Amino acid sequence: MSTTADLLKGAAELFPDEVVTQAHVRHLDLPQGAGKFALITLDNGLDHTKPTTFGPQSLANLDAAIDQVEKEAAEGGIVGVGVTGKPFIFAVGADLKGLEVLKRHEDAVAIGKGGHDVFKRLAALAVPTFAYYNGAAMGGGVEVGLHCTYRTVSRALPAFSLPEVFLGLVPGWGGCTLLPNIIGADRAVSVIIENSLNQNKQLKGQQVFDLGIADAIFDGADFLEQSLIWTASVLKGTTEVVRAEVDRGEAWDRAVERGRFIADGKVHGAAPAAYRALDIIAQAKNGDLRQGFDAEDQALADLIMSGELRSGIYAFNLVQKRGKRPAGAPDKSLARPVTKVGVVGAGLMASQLALLFARRLEVPVVLTDIDQERVDKGVGYVHGEIDKLLGKGRINQDKANRLKGLVSGSLDKAAAFGDADFVIEAVFEEMGVKQQVFAEVEAVVPETAILATNTSSLSVSEMASKLKHPERVVGFHFFNPVAILPLLEIVRGERTDDAALATAFAVAKSLKKTAVLVKDAPAFVVNRILTRFMGEIQNVIDEGTPVETAEKAVEPLGLPMSPLVLLELVGPAIGLHVSETLAAAFPDRFKVSPNLAAVVKAGKRGFYVYDSGKPELDPEVAALLVQGDTVLTEEQVRARVLDAVAQEIGLMLDEGVVAEAQDIDLCLITGAGWPFHLGGLTPYLDREGISERVNGKRFLPQGVASVPA
Amino acid sequence: MPRTARDVVFVDGVRTPFGKAGPKGIYHETRADDLVVKCIRELLRRNPDLDPARIDEVALAATTQIGDQGLTLGRTAGILAGLPQSVPGFSIDRMCAGAMTAVTSVAGGIAFGAYDIAVAGGVEHMGRHPMGEGVDPNPRFVSEKLVDQSALFMGMTAENLHDRLPHITKQRTDEYAVRSQEKAAKAYADGKIQADLVPISVRRTSPDGGETGWGLATADEPMRPGTTLDGLASLKTPFRPHGRVTAGNAAGLNDGATASLIASEDVARELGLPVKMRLVAYAFAGVEPEVMGIGPVPATEKALAKAGLSIDDIGLFEINEAFAVQVLSLLDHYGIADDDPRVNQYGGAIAFGHPLASSGVRLMTQLARQFEEQPHVRYGITTMCVGFGMGGTVIWENPHWEGK
Repeated sequence: MSTTADLLKGAAELFPDEVVTQAHVRHLDLPQGAGKFALITLDNGLDHTKPTTFGPQSLANLDAAIDQVEKEAAEGGIVGVGVTGKPFIFAVGADLKGLEVLKRHEDAVAIGKGGHDVFKRLAALAVPTFAYYNGAAMGGGVEVGLHCTYRTVSRALPAFSLPEVFLGLVPGWGGCTLLPNIIGADRAVSVIIENSLNQNKQLKGQQVFDLGIADAIFDGADFLEQSLIWTASVLKGTTEVVRAEVDRGEAWDRAVERGRFIADGKVHGAAPAAYRALDIIAQAKNGDLRQGFDAEDQALADLIMSGELRSGIYAFNLVQKRGKRPAGAPDKSLARPVTKVGVVGAGLMASQLALLFARRLEVPVVLTDIDQERVDKGVGYVHGEIDKLLGKGRINQDKANRLKGLVSGSLDKAAAFGDADFVIEAVFEEMGVKQQVFAEVEAVVPETAILATNTSSLSVSEMASKLKHPERVVGFHFFNPVAILPLLEIVRGERTDDAALATAFAVAKSLKKTAVLVKDAPAFVVNRILTRFMGEIQNVIDEGTPVETAEKAVEPLGLPMSPLVLLELVGPAIGLHVSETLAAAFPDRFKVSPNLAAVVKAGKRGFYVYDSGKPELDPEVAALLVQGDTVLTEEQVRARVLDAVAQEIGLMLDEGVVAEAQDIDLCLITGAGWPFHLGGLTPYLDREGISERVNGKRFLPQGVASVPA
Repeated sequence: MPRTARDVVFVDGVRTPFGKAGPKGIYHETRADDLVVKCIRELLRRNPDLDPARIDEVALAATTQIGDQGLTLGRTAGILAGLPQSVPGFSIDRMCAGAMTAVTSVAGGIAFGAYDIAVAGGVEHMGRHPMGEGVDPNPRFVSEKLVDQSALFMGMTAENLHDRLPHITKQRTDEYAVRSQEKAAKAYADGKIQADLVPISVRRTSPDGGETGWGLATADEPMRPGTTLDGLASLKTPFRPHGRVTAGNAAGLNDGATASLIASEDVARELGLPVKMRLVAYAFAGVEPEVMGIGPVPATEKALAKAGLSIDDIGLFEINEAFAVQVLSLLDHYGIADDDPRVNQYGGAIAFGHPLASSGVRLMTQLARQFEEQPHVRYGITTMCVGFGMGGTVIWENPHWEGK
């Protein structure tokens, strides 16, 4: 047995639950009399909803298949070897579950080496090798093809990526080294760094070809046939494969610099993966593959043992799994059909909601407001957005006509909502106003209609308390911008019944939102955590720490934006309002910042001006600030802020605001865009020892979003 | 409004390699619609001068129009093949003569002026859709003795034909079958067949049929080169004890698809498309369903009469070999020798296989190749028998003909 086989056998023992991919070897006669060919099909035996992955046993199977074709190639029995996948799937890379179980650095090295050792053999065969990217190809799936002599890609291929950096890894089975050597460093940086950090953006078949990753592209209808005919012509010499020359001069260094700039912009140095990948890409300039592969092995092992990767996988699973099967949602059979939606209010938020409901539910949506002008403006906004979608080619004229026809406005709630199944209010954040709106709506809607509120901080139970049927009221809290942030906090009031809740979850699913069940507690989840977080920042500023120090203190977290830029996005007035609500509820921990109040009172939209292209403290704001004389260091600020947040999350879990810490993290990732490498937040608080220090215990057991004990 | 009938030509034809029906066959895990889709795409690739938007119709035949052979295959396969949405299509059924009828139907439309160019072809995946799948014959057929019970079983009708023509012995049919295999093997060796085959990727997940994974079908699976008379003599006669019809002197149960481009001659010339055969006349005829194999005789009589030709004018024959006895019944009718060199020069369905509704275009594709090679021949026919007592014959003229 080869050392590779030993290595993989050892790794396979650590991962008994692997969904094993077979590597079938089948022989065929190439067209044009080009000779006998061995085609390896990667197939886990399941349908396309369970994509093919590589765990250690799968790699061992591919290794055995290569044993076979290596012998045949050496003996002259075959003229070439191909690799392709089952229908719709090429291969989607390493089995992440296999990484989660690893506890020792040497085992992690074995995974990297195991993949390299197997894939490298394809390049070392005595005959040319061909990868046929027939369907989805990611990570190790892409990499197995990069080791081949030639590649073809299907025009129908929907998703192709090296997503490792997105998760907290590097493409470590050859990707970092081979890709820049095939398509040049700049394009490789786009694939490995830019796409990964851009919410794991996927390439389509045509882009794979245009980037030069594949040497030929064929339609999906007869992709494999045409690939094999092309193979025959390449082997016979009638087709010459020409690739653009890779620029190994300054362009390579500039590409790596561009990669660092992109990484800094996204993770601000807080997550190591992108930087490790860039180091290897930089090194690959010398064309020494072996050196590159060794560097990949080391990087892969270091990162597999890192908290960032474990957090990344945890976050990925939260979004992919928990986000799709919300914890605590009632049986979906209880949900009532929603065939018409009412929106109370026609302001910007209400209009955005109307657009979303119309696009996703494709049912009539009626906006109401207090005067015709506001109604017309709201409907006009929605129609304008639909025209924009039409202009961008996102929808066709028929669809645009349909959607516009669905959205209308009315001043008459009885006429508008008399046959609505779901009415959501997005009016001014004041309890009295909202109670009155709901009373008016209840008077005209059918008995079974659900009443939803988009309140960001008011009590859903109190809002429902004066109704005849409080059981049908549910909180439905979106995040701005509504079209982009996936989170929807679904709030169960004290008297909300299962049917209302089930309907809310069903609607959320139709809206393609990530729904999380939340208790009716002040400011729910994201706003409460963000307000505590921002509140501490604001407090230290109020006490005397310079704005710049306070802002820089949390930079090492790699958040999507600094606290005060976020405040600007949310709107200082809204931020102030939420902090007032929370200060009223929890005066011991939340307070209303006098400086923030002054800024809002002055009508400022934020703390910064951007005249120089970079944010600089607005002198008018600076003039408003009244600060104390306690100046903290960045470390002190960071500790204070994170301690506060850890305390708040601990209290929220004690109060039962959500079922588990996982829901907190899911909310922060999908509602605030907090990064994967923090795992939302609780994995980070655990690994930095903050949870232990503040609450005396971890949020998540060791082994969840961390290396198992 | 006065009109002139237009000349109709066979521009090009292709087919998949034919497979053996059943779990070990090459196409066991391949969809029927995919087979015919790949043929259409190959036609377009081979004729790059043809703007697909110029295709006016897609007529596709299948006997069992269920599942992957249903859903108005002519339309759905056109979309799957990537034809423009403006190109319409329909499905057609005349059992074994499906593809032949697709050709004659669109030819009629072209002659009339309704179409300029059409795709005509057929598919039959007898593994996924065994003969008789989902049929519901009207009980009156039997209660009123409209047809004999054997009429639905093609092998039995072949035995019935032996009864009617006792001079066609099992010895003769076996000898014919051996020659068919020999001619087919030679045609392959001479490279006459491969040029019109569309390679098909085939998946196998069960090891029962051989190596698993993706493979490529590039040759007809049913071929049995080296077949001997002795070997055939020992085969069972499944349709009748001590009968004459065996798996050796009949076509098997097969999977495959064909497609052709049919056009008006002036449009083909204008677009620079090849003109491989010119349609002279066609006819379909009915006979007693119990002896459907005799169908080609009246169909050929009728077609010759319409063309004003005699059998002596025909220089090449492509006769579908559903059963050797059926081929010999036609040859006997016209006094043509069993081994006449004009007949089935490349062998026939006994060797290649007969995926029912697809076969008509295979005959045409082969005749077209023979025309090209034999410019001294002016006329040829493609003919086949059809279930429930029918025959179909198409007479073609060789555009390469050198005579006067």
